[in-house]
Amino acid sequence: MRKTVQIVAVSILCCLATLALCAGWVTPYSYSHQFRELPNAAPSANHLLGTDSLGRDLLSRILYGTRVSLFLAPLAALMTTIIAGALGVTAGLLGGWYERIILSLADLSMALPLVFVLIALRAMLPLDVAPAVSVAVTFLLLGLLGWPSSLRVVWAAARNIRESDYLLLARSHGTGFGRIMFRHVFPNLRPILLAQFWISIPFFVLTETTLSMLGLGVMEPMPSWGNLLRGLENVSAVGANPWKFTPLVLLILVVICFQAILPSQEEST
Amino acid sequence: MRRTLTLVTAFVALVFAGLVRAQSGGELHFCLHGEPKTFNPILVDDEAAENVRYLTGGVLIRLNRQTQELEPGLATSWQVSKDGRSVTFHLRKGLVFSDGTPFTSEDVAYTMKSLMDPQVHSPTGDAFRSGEGALDVQTPSSDVVKITFPAPVAGLERQFDQVAILSAHSPKKEMAVLGPFYVSEYKAGSYVQLKRNPNYWKHDAQGKPLPYLDGIRLDIQRNRDIELLRFRRGELQLINRLDAEGFQHLRQDDPSAVRDAGAGLDAEEMWFNQSPTAPLTGEKGKWFRTTEFRRAVSMAINRDDLCRIVFDGLAKPAYGPVSPANHFWFNSALPAPKPDPDGALRLLSGAGFRYANNELRDSKGNRVEFTLVTNSGNAVREKMATMIQQDLAQIGIKMNVVTLDFPSLIERMTRTFDYDACLMGLVNTDLDPNGVMTVWLSSGENHQWYPAQKTPATPWEAEIDKLMHEQASSLVELDRKKKFDRVQQIAYEQQPFIYLINKDALVAYAPSLVGTSPSVLTPQAFWNVDTIRLGSPAALESQK
Repeated sequence: MRKTVQIVAVSILCCLATLALCAGWVTPYSYSHQFRELPNAAPSANHLLGTDSLGRDLLSRILYGTRVSLFLAPLAALMTTIIAGALGVTAGLLGGWYERIILSLADLSMALPLVFVLIALRAMLPLDVAPAVSVAVTFLLLGLLGWPSSLRVVWAAARNIRESDYLLLARSHGTGFGRIMFRHVFPNLRPILLAQFWISIPFFVLTETTLSMLGLGVMEPMPSWGNLLRGLENVSAVGANPWKFTPLVLLILVVICFQAILPSQEEST
Repeated sequence: MRRTLTLVTAFVALVFAGLVRAQSGGELHFCLHGEPKTFNPILVDDEAAENVRYLTGGVLIRLNRQTQELEPGLATSWQVSKDGRSVTFHLRKGLVFSDGTPFTSEDVAYTMKSLMDPQVHSPTGDAFRSGEGALDVQTPSSDVVKITFPAPVAGLERQFDQVAILSAHSPKKEMAVLGPFYVSEYKAGSYVQLKRNPNYWKHDAQGKPLPYLDGIRLDIQRNRDIELLRFRRGELQLINRLDAEGFQHLRQDDPSAVRDAGAGLDAEEMWFNQSPTAPLTGEKGKWFRTTEFRRAVSMAINRDDLCRIVFDGLAKPAYGPVSPANHFWFNSALPAPKPDPDGALRLLSGAGFRYANNELRDSKGNRVEFTLVTNSGNAVREKMATMIQQDLAQIGIKMNVVTLDFPSLIERMTRTFDYDACLMGLVNTDLDPNGVMTVWLSSGENHQWYPAQKTPATPWEAEIDKLMHEQASSLVELDRKKKFDRVQQIAYEQQPFIYLINKDALVAYAPSLVGTSPSVLTPQAFWNVDTIRLGSPAALESQK
């Protein structure tokens, strides 16, 4: 049953990814072109999902927005997992001052509210950047700042490995550091690192959404799920144009899919 | 029997009087959008405190927000001297403050001296500071006061609309008022309770004492959505400043609950950074200082679309520094521009720019590209910026949009000057051009495109400086108007600020409010608060 759910989830994600990659062929309109005589238009043969408040084709914006959110969020998650993995293993295996310093850094980072840190960092960046660069920068910042919670998990697992009998045995046999890492430590950490990676993807999608809701995520006119969801701010307009819920439905669907493909507890162990 | 009849008649009369009183009274509820920083009227510097001052303060002269004409207040008449330095007021006799202390010329003298005291730092007093020297106040009698300023003050009488008179002798000082209401209770962060001033001097046409309302409860509420919700629930009877979105929400529920007073004084505008010390890359500084470039950008923007799409038609295209809502100072001779991308390209071509393959390049072949900054979280400005982006793409200009949190934006605008162009709003409450001196004088801190210049950077800025100084010292209104018309014309030709729209003044009233009449001037919804009342269903029917 779980396998079936995972297959369905992967299929949905693959379909979405394919549609997003082929956005240029699926929809004839640019995501930024404003049909100013058609703001908030209902779905029609020309605009299958209608238009947004500025008259832009909603289907085009959703597909291009999916491209941004669906591809950059995993990259940010990968970056976070690598950082958390490297620091977590160092702290967990070496212990002592390394452990104290790294954990203190993680605690400090966790104490800082992520959104405010991102706002401050965004304000320090040069203004003269293209929208594509601003998108990359947003996700890069998310990736660089999102590691502390994953680190705690990796560190705990690495510490257990440090105290394990098989590592003690390997050391007593004079096994080298590289071999210990790649033959004993990383294979045992792999399920945890994978889980952290999959968990981080929806987290970053949602963080980008939050940032965009604050007007600080992906810059106009480039779409992302975050700035598409800003269309839901106008409650009365949404009530009259229910198709504007499409980005929200898509976001929920994708988050559920990512959760579904997470390895289960048994699979992890 | 006769005695019984008399008693019954007296009882019926009392009950009737009570009913009439009940119909006139009641408590009005609405929101302040921030904490009032002070109740001292001469220290007022924020909107919430200004609203409280308007509701409680008695002034010598009141500006009628509907006609925009001055009307007698505590003064029955006034004369300004020919040199514009002095004004003599003849005061109403027999008036008393809310605490019962009598009102005399000594109170006016005390207020003016407090207002002009350099130690007090009164923002209201700044409008009267026209030159070095001391203020002279003479009180030849209890109902005459002559105030002499060290130098002429342009538009002197109008400034008194902001001067709430303090009591010189009351132990309560600023809490003793001459306005329609007094502050009876204040709970920080929660509410300000106002009660009817029984000693208020005004009466209606039937001779009935004003105000009609028994009191006003001002709830301190920063969140506009909560304010809207409470209005819909019937917990509030009035919303003073509505945005277009809130207006549409309420209009859907009940079209009679909302009123559009027309184009207001508030404007949205963009400008290019012309500061020579700004860390601009490449040729940007040169483009931004080119008049044709700024005019072409202005010509390419479709203001009608901004009003229609972003503001749901609840705004009017703006093209000059003065809104048409400002009846006297608006220069109606300036033609309303229409979006003209072809004209913009001709203008740019004349200035050495070249348009090819949908790209605009300067004479050195650089692609014309800049970044517009605005404050984050403001959906309206973000939409405006996105629409301007498409308008400018038509003439080959690539405009990026960046939103920043407000403190970062202000830092860039006022300290580092690290930005290309900015989109912001201007909240204007003063009709007189003297209120915007710091914007138009090249030395001004609010001369946003290049603030605090030591000497004017361009001949047209020098001309504006000269005209602004001249109008400020002129005492003939028509002469001042002529000079400020010229300032508006220069601003129109040079486009240092590219004015985009004037937002409509939007308010909401509960159906139970009678006697409302929204204005484009602050306070839009309750400027005539002393004649507003909560009506009975019968009164509402008769009003319909």
